[in-house]
Amino acid sequence: MKKQWWKALAVILIIYSIIAGFLGDVPRRDILNETIRNLYFHVSMWFAMIAMMGASVTFSIINLSNNKLETDQRARLFAEMGLVFSILGLLTGMLWAKFTWGAFWTNDPKLNGTAITMLIYFAYFILRQSLEDTEKRARISGVYNIFAFVLMIIFIGILPRLTDSLHPGNGGNPAFSQYDLDHNMRLVFYPAVIGWILFGVWIVQIRLRVATLSNHVLP
Amino acid sequence: MTLHRAKPLTWVLALLFSTALHAQTETPMADAMRNNGKIYVVVAVLVIIFIGISVYLVQLDVKTAKLKRQIEEMKK
Repeated sequence: MKKQWWKALAVILIIYSIIAGFLGDVPRRDILNETIRNLYFHVSMWFAMIAMMGASVTFSIINLSNNKLETDQRARLFAEMGLVFSILGLLTGMLWAKFTWGAFWTNDPKLNGTAITMLIYFAYFILRQSLEDTEKRARISGVYNIFAFVLMIIFIGILPRLTDSLHPGNGGNPAFSQYDLDHNMRLVFYPAVIGWILFGVWIVQIRLRVATLSNHVLP
Repeated sequence: MTLHRAKPLTWVLALLFSTALHAQTETPMADAMRNNGKIYVVVAVLVIIFIGISVYLVQLDVKTAKLKRQIEEMKK
């Protein structure tokens, strides 16, 4: 049971973010109203996604030097987990947009950048499936993964900041960093991010076990 | 007017009055879950759902770890 404490920490941090996220004090803002609390849940998904993709590209780079099948599996599973987080982030964002902006989708740079990023990662999985040879697949998809990660940073980290955007935190729209109570919100938001990242790593660990098991059964 | 001669209506009024008085004297009840528009109930529901998913994940974790150990022993 050693080295399991971080799984308990993940669960505790997320439960803390649910309780404090609903009951804690938040700034009163027009238009946002109580949806400001989405920061704890919706934005956490994106931070977790970026962490998963970061882990994925790290294992891809390691794989390019050590050529181990397990490293390549880690890269794939982290990218898959990141995609799950991004789908959850997109759906929760769309629901919020419907009730804040009046439409599920707007041609906002942040939203379109996210959609392009997801398509880039879909292409990563299609590329993997189209290559039969495991070593070739690991190397080619590893190189593509580096390219995908850089594009993700450009599309969701840089481009939305260069133009005007409706999204909170962009184009002069307020986000939590500009609020008086930002300190209180950070005390919930950062634990939530850490909790969801650890939760994602936990799921990846289990999926890696399943992947190695199926490699034994189906060589 | 003595007590045994009191009319039924008087009794009903007395009963109503007594319950009204009772309500005014802040009897301690389990009010925590009913405060703030019952938001605590929603929080509790979310916590239960999340704990449930976590317990499921723990079981999956234990099960796959056991399988991995068994396969490693078989290889030896």
